[in-house]
Amino acid sequence: MKHTLSILVENKPGVLTRVAGLFARRGFNIESLAVGVSEDPRLSRVTIVIDGDEHPVDQVTKQLHKLINVVKIKDLASAVSVSAELLLVRVAGEGDKRAEALQIAEIFHAKIVDVDRRSVTLRVVGAADKLEALLELLQPLGVLEVVRTGTIAMGRGRGG
Amino acid sequence: MTPDKKLKGSRALVAALQHEGCEVLFGYPGGVAIPFYDALYDSDLRHVLVRHEQGAAHAADGYARATGKVGVCTATSGPGAANLVTGIATAYLDSTPLVAITWQVRSDLIGTDAFQEADITGMTLPIVKHSYLVKDTADLPRIVHEAFHIASTGRPGPVVIDIPVDVALGEAVYHEATTIDLPGYKPTVTGHIKQVRAAAKVINEAERPVLYLGGGVIAANAAPEILRLAELRRLPVATTLMALGAFPETHALSMGMLGMHGTVAANYAVHECDLLINIGARFDDRVTGKLKAFAPHAKVVHVDVDPAEIGKNVPPMVPIVGDAKRIAAALVKELEGMEWSPEHTEPWLARIAGRKDEFPLHYDEPEDGSLAPQFVIQEIDRVTGHDAVICTDVGQHQMWATQYYTYTFPRQFVSSGGLGTMGFGLPAAIGAKIGRPDATVIDICGDGGFQMTMQELATAMSDDVPVIVCLLNNGYLGMVRQWQDLFWNKRYSFTCIDASDCAGCPKADECVRRGRRSQPDFVKLAEAFGAVGVRVTAKDQVEPALREAIAGDRLTVIDFKVAQEENVFPMVPAGSEITEMIGGTSRKRRKP
Repeated sequence: MKHTLSILVENKPGVLTRVAGLFARRGFNIESLAVGVSEDPRLSRVTIVIDGDEHPVDQVTKQLHKLINVVKIKDLASAVSVSAELLLVRVAGEGDKRAEALQIAEIFHAKIVDVDRRSVTLRVVGAADKLEALLELLQPLGVLEVVRTGTIAMGRGRGG
Repeated sequence: MTPDKKLKGSRALVAALQHEGCEVLFGYPGGVAIPFYDALYDSDLRHVLVRHEQGAAHAADGYARATGKVGVCTATSGPGAANLVTGIATAYLDSTPLVAITWQVRSDLIGTDAFQEADITGMTLPIVKHSYLVKDTADLPRIVHEAFHIASTGRPGPVVIDIPVDVALGEAVYHEATTIDLPGYKPTVTGHIKQVRAAAKVINEAERPVLYLGGGVIAANAAPEILRLAELRRLPVATTLMALGAFPETHALSMGMLGMHGTVAANYAVHECDLLINIGARFDDRVTGKLKAFAPHAKVVHVDVDPAEIGKNVPPMVPIVGDAKRIAAALVKELEGMEWSPEHTEPWLARIAGRKDEFPLHYDEPEDGSLAPQFVIQEIDRVTGHDAVICTDVGQHQMWATQYYTYTFPRQFVSSGGLGTMGFGLPAAIGAKIGRPDATVIDICGDGGFQMTMQELATAMSDDVPVIVCLLNNGYLGMVRQWQDLFWNKRYSFTCIDASDCAGCPKADECVRRGRRSQPDFVKLAEAFGAVGVRVTAKDQVEPALREAIAGDRLTVIDFKVAQEENVFPMVPAGSEITEMIGGTSRKRRKP
C-alpha cells in the first residue's frame, strides 16, 4: 500500500538533502517527493510517497524523526486526506489525433497550455491514479514529454 | 566580559567551548584553521596535537567513552576534515558524544573546488547525529551550545560543526548561549508508565528471564539502577560488547558477554529464556546471529531511548521508549510493590549456574610452547585487579580482551564495537588516559591495527600520556586469518604480515621472491619514539613486564610474541544459530 508522509521540516539549507539522504542510506525507495514552504515561513513541508509493502512505514518515520530538523510527520491515509499532483504532458497531435487529444483533455478537465503544429501540451491536476489513467489514454497518440510534480497532500478538516 | 563586547569568531569559539565545560580538544592545524589555533595559543583550553587527524577523532572518542563527557576534536579543511571521517563513523555506530569542529575554505570560495576544499558536512551526512555549516559569526555560541546538547542527550552521537575561515575571522557580539530552541529534537527519556507496568508484570511472572544489556546502560549511567533491578528479581545478566562493565562480571548473576564470541552460558540462556529484557541494546547481528532463530521461546521487553531501534530487528511484546536509568529505576519501583518468591526462578538459575560451571571460557596451551594470547589477557586482569581501563583495537585480541578480562565498572572497556575500526585502540587510550589520569590505561591491540595508528606514540610522548600498549603480536591479521582458517580452507590470502617463519607455508617461495620481510621491531620502534619497549616471549615474563610498566608510569609498548594461529572460541559463525556454536566444549569432555 502506498503511504503519503507529510513531513514538516525546518526551512534551513541542506534539510532536503538530509531527508533524501536518509532514504538512500536506509534503502527506502521514494515514489515521489514534493517540497515547498509551509504556512509558517520558518518551516517547509515535504510530501513523500513510499510503498509501504516494500518498507515498514513505522521504521521510515522513526528514522526521519531522528533528523534534528524534522519537526513533525503525518502519515496521511487516503480516506482522511486530500491529495493532488500536477502533470504537464506534451502529446503528438496532428489532424485526427489532435481532435482525440482534445477530447481526452476535456474528459479529464485538463487545460491546454500550449499548442504548436505538431503537438498539444496539457496541464492536469488530480490524484496520482487519475493522472495514470490519462497517460494511458494518451499513449497511443504519442506522448512526447511528461513532467510531474509528485503528490502533495493534506489532512481533511481541522488539524487533519 | 562586558555584555556587548565584540569577539572574533575564533575567540568566540574558544569561549563557547569552555562555556560547555570542554577541558581538552584533540586536533591538528592547517591553513584555514590558523585563526582558531591563534586563539588557542594564549587560551587555557588544553589542546593535544595528534599526528594524524584520525587519531584526533579516536582520542576524543576514547575520552568521551572513559569519562561520559563530550569529546572534542578539530581538523582543517579538505584532507584534515576527511581524515576525521573514520573516527566520526566510529562514534556514530557506538553512539558516543563527539563534537568535531572542521575548518572550511572562505564562504565565497565554497563550491569552487578551492584548495583543500571538501564538502565535509555532505561527506559525513550519513554518519552524524547532526551537522552545521556556520554562516554567521554571531551564530557560533548558539551552534556550539546546540551541538553539545545534541551530542550528549537522548541517544548520544557525533555532531560536526564546519566553520568557514571568514566566520572565524569575523567579529560579533558574544553572548553565552544558555537556552535550546530545537523544535524537532525532544528525546523521550521517561518511559510510559503503562508500559513500565506491563514490563514489570512480565518480569515478575517470568520463570526463565534474561537481562540483556547494551551500551545504552553505560551511556545513561544506569549501572546502579540495573544492579538493583537484577538483584531484586535475580535476573541473570548477559552484556553486549558495548555494555561490558555495565554489570560487574564478578557478580553471581553475570553470565558475561553474549553473541558471536560470547559465553556458552549467556548464549544458551538467551536461547532458552522465556523472557528477554533488552535494556539499551539493539539486537545487532553480532549478537543475534540468525535472527529468526534468536531467543525463540522468549517474550521480549525492549527499552531504548531511540524509538527507531525498537521493532527494527525484533518486534517486542513490551516496547518502552526511554532512558535506561529512569526505566530501570521505574521498574524497580513497580517490582518492589509486587509479590514474588525466589523459588520462582530457582531451577532456571541453577541451570545457568550449572552451565557456567560446565562451560567456562577455555583455551589450550599452544602446542609449540609459545605464549597463549588468552594467558596474557588473564595476567593483565590479575595484575591490575580488574581495575584498569582497557582500550582495544579490533580483531582477535579484542575478543580475547572481552573474554579474559573481568570488567567490574562502567566505562572500563573502550572499544570500537559497531564499526569495528582497526587503529582505534592507541589514540582512544590516549584520550581515555587524559580523561582519567589516575587510572591505569591499557591498550590491548594486535600487530595489524597497531600499525594503522602507531604514529600516535609521538602524541603520547609529547603530551606525557603514559598508556601501556600490550601488543598481542601473532604476525597475522588474526581475525581474518581465523575466518580463512575456518571457512576458506586455510587460504591465508594477505593476512600474514610477518614473513619470518615460513616453514610449511605454500606461499613461502613467492613471498621471498617478492622480498617480503618480517615485521618492524616493535621494541626498537617504541624506543625510537622515546617510549619504553619490552619484548615478552614466555609465560613467566608476562607478570614482571606488566608490573614494571605500571610502576614505571611511562609510555610503554610490550611486544607479546604470542601463538601465531590461535583462534577465538567459542564462535557462532555469522548468520548461524546459537546452537551451531563452534568450540565451547564441556569441561567434562576435555582432555585432562
